[in-house]
Amino acid sequence: MALSWILLTLLALAVLGYFAGRSRALASAEGDARALHSLPSYYGYNVALTALVPALGLLILWLLVQPLIVNNTVSGMIPDTAIAEGSDRGLVMSEVRRVAYGLDGAIASGLLSEVQARNADADIEALTQSLKDAGQVLTQDISKPILLAAQKYRSMTSTGSTAMQIMVLVVALLGAAFAYIRTHREFRARNVVEQGILALLLLAASIAILTTVGIVLSMLFETMNFFQLHSWKDFFFGSTWAPNFRGGSELSILPLLWGTLYISVIALLVAVPIGLFAAIYLSEYATGATRSIAKPLLEILAGIPTIVYGLFALLTVGPALVSLFGDGGALGLGWMASSNAVLTAGLVMGIMLIPFVSSLSDDIINAVPQSMRDGSLGLGATKSETVRQVVLPAALPGIVGAILLAASRAIGETMIVVMAAGAIAKFSGNPFEAMTTITTRIVSQLTGDTDFASPETLVAFALGLTLFVITLGLNIFALYIVRKYREQYE
Amino acid sequence: MTDISQSPGASSAAKPKGSLFDKDARTKRRNAAEGRFKLYGIAAIGIGLLMLIVLVTNIVTAGTGAFQQSFLELNVELKEDKLDKKGNRNIEDIKKVSTFGYAPLIASALESEVQKLGIQTDLKPKEMGKILSKAAQAELRNYVIANPDEIGKTVSFRFLVNSRVDGYMKGRVTRESIANDKSISVAQLDVVDQLRDSGVLYKAFNPDFIFGSDASDQRPEAAGIGVSMLGSLFMMFVVLALALPIGVAASIYLEEFAPQNRLTDIIEVNISNLAAVPSIVFGILGLAVFINYMHLPTSAPLVGGLVLTLMTLPTIIISTRASLKAVPPSIRDAALGVGASKMQSVFHHVLPLAAPGILTGTIIGLAQALGETAPLLLIGMVGFIASNPPDGIVAGFLSPNSAMPAQIYEWSKRADPAFYERAWGGIIILLIFLVTMNTIAVILRRRFERRW
Repeated sequence: MALSWILLTLLALAVLGYFAGRSRALASAEGDARALHSLPSYYGYNVALTALVPALGLLILWLLVQPLIVNNTVSGMIPDTAIAEGSDRGLVMSEVRRVAYGLDGAIASGLLSEVQARNADADIEALTQSLKDAGQVLTQDISKPILLAAQKYRSMTSTGSTAMQIMVLVVALLGAAFAYIRTHREFRARNVVEQGILALLLLAASIAILTTVGIVLSMLFETMNFFQLHSWKDFFFGSTWAPNFRGGSELSILPLLWGTLYISVIALLVAVPIGLFAAIYLSEYATGATRSIAKPLLEILAGIPTIVYGLFALLTVGPALVSLFGDGGALGLGWMASSNAVLTAGLVMGIMLIPFVSSLSDDIINAVPQSMRDGSLGLGATKSETVRQVVLPAALPGIVGAILLAASRAIGETMIVVMAAGAIAKFSGNPFEAMTTITTRIVSQLTGDTDFASPETLVAFALGLTLFVITLGLNIFALYIVRKYREQYE
Repeated sequence: MTDISQSPGASSAAKPKGSLFDKDARTKRRNAAEGRFKLYGIAAIGIGLLMLIVLVTNIVTAGTGAFQQSFLELNVELKEDKLDKKGNRNIEDIKKVSTFGYAPLIASALESEVQKLGIQTDLKPKEMGKILSKAAQAELRNYVIANPDEIGKTVSFRFLVNSRVDGYMKGRVTRESIANDKSISVAQLDVVDQLRDSGVLYKAFNPDFIFGSDASDQRPEAAGIGVSMLGSLFMMFVVLALALPIGVAASIYLEEFAPQNRLTDIIEVNISNLAAVPSIVFGILGLAVFINYMHLPTSAPLVGGLVLTLMTLPTIIISTRASLKAVPPSIRDAALGVGASKMQSVFHHVLPLAAPGILTGTIIGLAQALGETAPLLLIGMVGFIASNPPDGIVAGFLSPNSAMPAQIYEWSKRADPAFYERAWGGIIILLIFLVTMNTIAVILRRRFERRW
């Protein structure tokens, strides 16, 4: 593969540059390292970094930009007539790419010569046959414009990657030569190297920004595509979720939001009382020994992957609930038809959130100064009165923050609801019915065969963006509450 | 408590009716409330721990079955007229016999075994052959292709049995529950009973579950988690190779060099937000950027690793910063005092002292990434049958594979209940990995952490 060779060459160049720079620096000082401005190794690092970093930067940039340019040029070549009814440019482009890869594969397996593959007037039937012989996957018969586009795609890609290799090597060599020539006993190599490293550190720290920008942009673009195909009014204010891949689907977020919130509320009803009381007991009543055993044990619940909770809900809690509340169940109520239900998902999610609420609240309760408890106890209040009337009010903003964070976790939780909540989108208050959530729908719209031109697929990005905004809003709100209402003790 | 001093109890204190040690009704009420409150706390912790116990017992009882499998020992005569009609042991000719061609051999071997043991049954050999797994034919074929010289001899094999028979051996399937089941009949179970009594059919440890590959819907008894374990391993390599250096570099910048300015603030806010973004959003990012834009291969561990890297970075950055912060300033001052530059003081003195903490944080971050499922669903690591181990290191990163949690999810969706046992078994393996990683992290912390 060309990429690994170029990386190896760059590395070799850097190692070579290190030794060359180091020995040149020593030579300029006539072998006396004390006469140099910096330690000899810094001169070596300087050459190595100057050779490596700009070249790598160029490589990454090229790899990112080249597909964009090639795609734009090639898709501009495809006449509108070549795009079939009900299809779009993106689909045709993926066909073009497939043909191009097919040609590559056929050449690699020796069934096609390079000249044949480049021949613009090639007999299309013969070419299709030889591609099929080579075991390449083609979804439709190749048409003339697609073949031309694929040939253009191949030639541009191969020219591009040759140019990239040459350019990257030239930049690396130029960098090495520049740094090598600059190497002299007076040259402040350490300062230059440290500046360079600092820039790299800053770059690493900026990846966090890049990720956020990536998340927002990737979802924003597709969401805008979605709103061109589907009315935003229906998405935000409609009342039905009924995706239909033949078109005419109703895609409203409200029923999904209802399911999400309902399940989250049940989860919080389980997690908040249990977590809060556990935190109070652990921080106010428990002896050191109890605390050192119970706290880590509870936190194990937080370390268990969500897939385990999902399976637990699907295979254990759901059937158990059905045998209690279902037809012919122990209570004889007949309320619950299937093990997929709001209650199942909510209960299990609540168990998952217990340690989340308890350890956050525990920290907050511990932060309330002991003098306040002592004051209250000194006035004759019992321990529970102290907790209820002094400690909890003081810790309230932090606890509310913790609950909001738990709510944001519950809303964004995926595996439990995918496995246990069901797939029916509706407004209903019955916790024994199956309901669906935003995350469940994202998963079901984006897995399997997806067509990135239909609103039914693109709606997942709009849902994702909404989810992102909701959870982000909750987190920021939680931080705001904690900061604004926190009592400052000193 | 102002209300206490103004309460009726205070006025009655002027005329004491009895001893101070007699508790009045109010005190009793308050003490009862105290007791109740404490009880709520104990109950809350009790519920939490009970849930943990229920969960763990459930996993263990439901999952241990997957590590055992029922096998049937048979002596199969590898008949030359069926397998190699020309008799010249040409490997191409032998390969022409499909797996179906091996079914009669197995059926007749089973029939002769049944006759030898004196088991009475009305079943035809073909029906009886269904006791065995469909994987048995493939196993036999692979053996013959690997050892063509054995044709014509009688070889002893240990075959997997059908998942229903296996379920019967484990008690999951009963004679009542198979009333509507087309793939097994009571007559077959009668034969199974007698085979078991004579010791030919038995349960044994099944290493193929741990090291083997996934199997299609029809053969739950042959499915294993080994290939998806490799997928997870390759993903963890990517996460380790990217998240550790980037995370450490970012933490060093923020903790040691960052000036108080707008950019630093933005970076800090971003990192704390990313830590709270739902994992599925990272999956959407991976799908949009790595697969749709960069055209990296779908389902590849490389893509999964990249997505999980972005997800783990905040965790690693937060813990690395904490351990950098824990190194006392005197170390930095001493280094600066003997003439080191700021960069030298960080890389030569602060970083080595913070290394155990960084390592601990990284292991915990990796453990988190190992169990994460939701983003993997979106980049196509589910719905894929991980039937072949990757051939080579580059293929390990780039060719489609599954991952342990994705494999578990995949099994939980399949129709045959025999897969549920596999899913629980997979969870046991996953949890063993997680417990090991966390234990290593705790040991590292205990062993190397220095307190100043």
